[in-house]
Amino acid sequence: MIDSAALLQVRAEGLFCPAGGFYIDPVRPVEKALITHGHADHARAGHGAVMATAQTLDIMAIRYGNDFTASRQVASGQQQVGDVCVSFHPAGHVLGSAQIALSHKTAGTAVVTGDYSRSPNPACAPFEPVPCDILVTEATFALPVFRHPDASDEITRLLASIAAFPERAHLIGAYALGKAQRIIMLLRHAGWDGPIYIHGALQRLCDYHISQGIPLGDLRPATISRGQKADFAGQIILGPPSAFAATWAQRFPDPVICFASGWMQVRARARQRGVELPLIISDHVDWPDLTRTISELDPSQTWVTHGREDALMRWCELQGRDARPLRLLGYEEEQD
Amino acid sequence: MRAFSALLDRLAFTHQRNGKIAHLMQFFAATPDPARGLALAVMTGDLGLRAVTPSMLRALASERIDSQLFALSYDFVGDLAETIALIWPEATVLSDTPLPDLVEELRITPKSGLPALIAKRLDSMSPSERYAYLKLATGGLRVGVSGRLARKALADYGGLPLTEVEEVWHGLTPPYENLFAWAEGGAKPAAAAHAPFRPVMLSTPTDLAALTDLDPADFDAEWKWDGIRVQAVSDCGTRRLYSRTGEDISPAFPDILETLDFEGTIDGELLVRRGDAIAPFGDLQKRLGRKTVSRKLLQSHPAHLRAYDLLVWQGDDLRGLPFLARRAELERAVASVGQPRMDLSPLLAFARWDDLAALRAAPPDSVIEGVMIKRRDSPYLAGRKKGPWFKWKRDPMIVDAVLLYAQRGHGKRSGFYSDFTFGVWDGDSLVPVGKAYFGFTDAELKALDRFVRNNTIETYGPVRALKPTKVVEVAFEGLNRSARHKSGVAMRFPRISRIRDDKPAAEADQLQTLRDMLP
Ligand SMILES: [Zn+2]
Ligand SMILES: [Zn+2]
Repeated sequence: MIDSAALLQVRAEGLFCPAGGFYIDPVRPVEKALITHGHADHARAGHGAVMATAQTLDIMAIRYGNDFTASRQVASGQQQVGDVCVSFHPAGHVLGSAQIALSHKTAGTAVVTGDYSRSPNPACAPFEPVPCDILVTEATFALPVFRHPDASDEITRLLASIAAFPERAHLIGAYALGKAQRIIMLLRHAGWDGPIYIHGALQRLCDYHISQGIPLGDLRPATISRGQKADFAGQIILGPPSAFAATWAQRFPDPVICFASGWMQVRARARQRGVELPLIISDHVDWPDLTRTISELDPSQTWVTHGREDALMRWCELQGRDARPLRLLGYEEEQD
Repeated sequence: MRAFSALLDRLAFTHQRNGKIAHLMQFFAATPDPARGLALAVMTGDLGLRAVTPSMLRALASERIDSQLFALSYDFVGDLAETIALIWPEATVLSDTPLPDLVEELRITPKSGLPALIAKRLDSMSPSERYAYLKLATGGLRVGVSGRLARKALADYGGLPLTEVEEVWHGLTPPYENLFAWAEGGAKPAAAAHAPFRPVMLSTPTDLAALTDLDPADFDAEWKWDGIRVQAVSDCGTRRLYSRTGEDISPAFPDILETLDFEGTIDGELLVRRGDAIAPFGDLQKRLGRKTVSRKLLQSHPAHLRAYDLLVWQGDDLRGLPFLARRAELERAVASVGQPRMDLSPLLAFARWDDLAALRAAPPDSVIEGVMIKRRDSPYLAGRKKGPWFKWKRDPMIVDAVLLYAQRGHGKRSGFYSDFTFGVWDGDSLVPVGKAYFGFTDAELKALDRFVRNNTIETYGPVRALKPTKVVEVAFEGLNRSARHKSGVAMRFPRISRIRDDKPAAEADQLQTLRDMLP
């Protein structure tokens, strides 16, 4: 019998490892935090010490400034923290994203996935399955209706729309970390080698991706001087979703509003956002990949951090798997 | 089916009329007959396939998916066909079955065979095709393509005059192969149907300043009634009542059809009339949009046709004659038919435009919304030509209201808060009385948008609740009683006619002011 409580517990601040004396992706400032990836709901500023991949540390510094924590430690190989041995493994979610594996002499091994994806993503390293006794998984898209289509097919739809409406600008809402760069890379692979225009809020993270060897190509700021609106006809412009609620979208010619997200699979969600061309592109595992991952790793216990845990609990029950919902709060479902 | 489902995916999220038309035109160009015509009929609801029921679909799903997982999914997605389309086991082999084959087999398969047929088809489709197919099978497709929009797209596709497309439309049935052939350079199909629709002549707005350049002696004038413009046709035993866009509204008006005891085509206004009193538009509205109408409603809301013009009589097409000559024929015709449910729209006596202005300012009936001015020597011309016919509408009703909620617009207005809900005072609280999307200039739109962003007190999804400080003048064409609205009134064609930055919110109008305007 594994003493799981020594390995992981749920506290108000988030997931806590008593044997190591640290939190994973805590939602409040803590003494010591291990961070899976740079999305704002997982990586917050103000912790005493942070251990993460070099890229995640860089991204946090870009987002929060160099003083986001008192001390940083780059994760590499197997590292001893308190009584547990810690290692970081690619999660395939965004640049720098990692699963965190914890192993303890008596309590066994747990893997905290953070957010993860198993579909090919030219903007980050692919997911690496890590055998474990306890799998602590996210469940953002844990409903059998979520079966993400091939992202390149979604890009084909986008390009078809650009060809069909050459006089309109295509404005794509995409999160600044990960989604934006993935779309740029998908467009490059699809043969779009012209300029791609980006909102100012994407600039620094795009620059960082380029510095990490991800060839995003010709990116230009999406700024318009007076009277040049028509120059954006037939062009692709990327902006963070928040910009669409502001006056930003108004400056482009008769824009086709696109939004790239796994939620776009559900029509009501797309309609709610006022999207004209929903693109189903997700950085999370869909239902088949999520259930496949659990089956493959075959952990003795499956814990569900955040998302639609009810359906995943039901699936585990049907499979005769031991599972429990952690119902962690503070992780935004829109951050996908 | 793949092309059709891709079209539906785009139409479902396209709000602009022109955008929808562009998608339809591209589809017509890329799709062969008879698939494109069938697709058109599916979208306009002219292909009634309704044998597949929701319970049949539920049963199909329950054979394949755990009921709890299905319930959780349905709960999240909110639409049965969509849930099944997404949750259905992934196809191992996709096959792109032509739409006509799918339609035909749904039509001929007996009800007992439908579940097996549908399951087999779903097994070889992508999620988007499954969605389109299930909507097709249940007849629940709503993508905002009206018959009118479809005809416009077809006319634009072929570079044909819309009025001519409307004229032949009613004789044709899906898949409209002869119509597409015409659009692609072939011969115009003959208007084969009995009692065809003839494109309607429409007026352009005018005012006293514009009229002073014209000689009143060249014109006749009539009241403009607040009903709906219709065309009543009786042809070799076939009787039809059309709206001015050519929709066949006969089933809702058997009482009018009964009175069409003649051979010809009459242009007129459809009204509800009790004894000598013409009822307000709201009463007519109760009769519209029905497939059948109850005896009770026929008695409580009797319809009436007020004749404006005569297009065809006893087999002769009169449209080339001047108005004066047609009018004389019309007077004879209405008298000879002698039906109490049909009468003549009287001509107004005036010598100077000022006389007409006086009549317009004090109409004898509240259901009059202005005057129509018609050139005596003009033939009956399809469409809205400037010159022969004018409408000089009564001044709109006006109220000062406070903006309460705002939502973002679509298309050219993407990103702008341009859809407003406004309210008036009821005691010391503001009650919503209507919504307006237009009326303001681009500069005013920007100013309103800025106001919304700086004065939001709460957001509910896409809706922003506003600090109640902005007063706008709302103009509207009429007012109905409404049980569905909390305020008890519903405006017709409300628009923001002026932004009243000079007025504090406390000086906006009271609900009672609106109630007093009710007919
Ligand atoms: Zn994330
Ligand atoms: Zn997350």
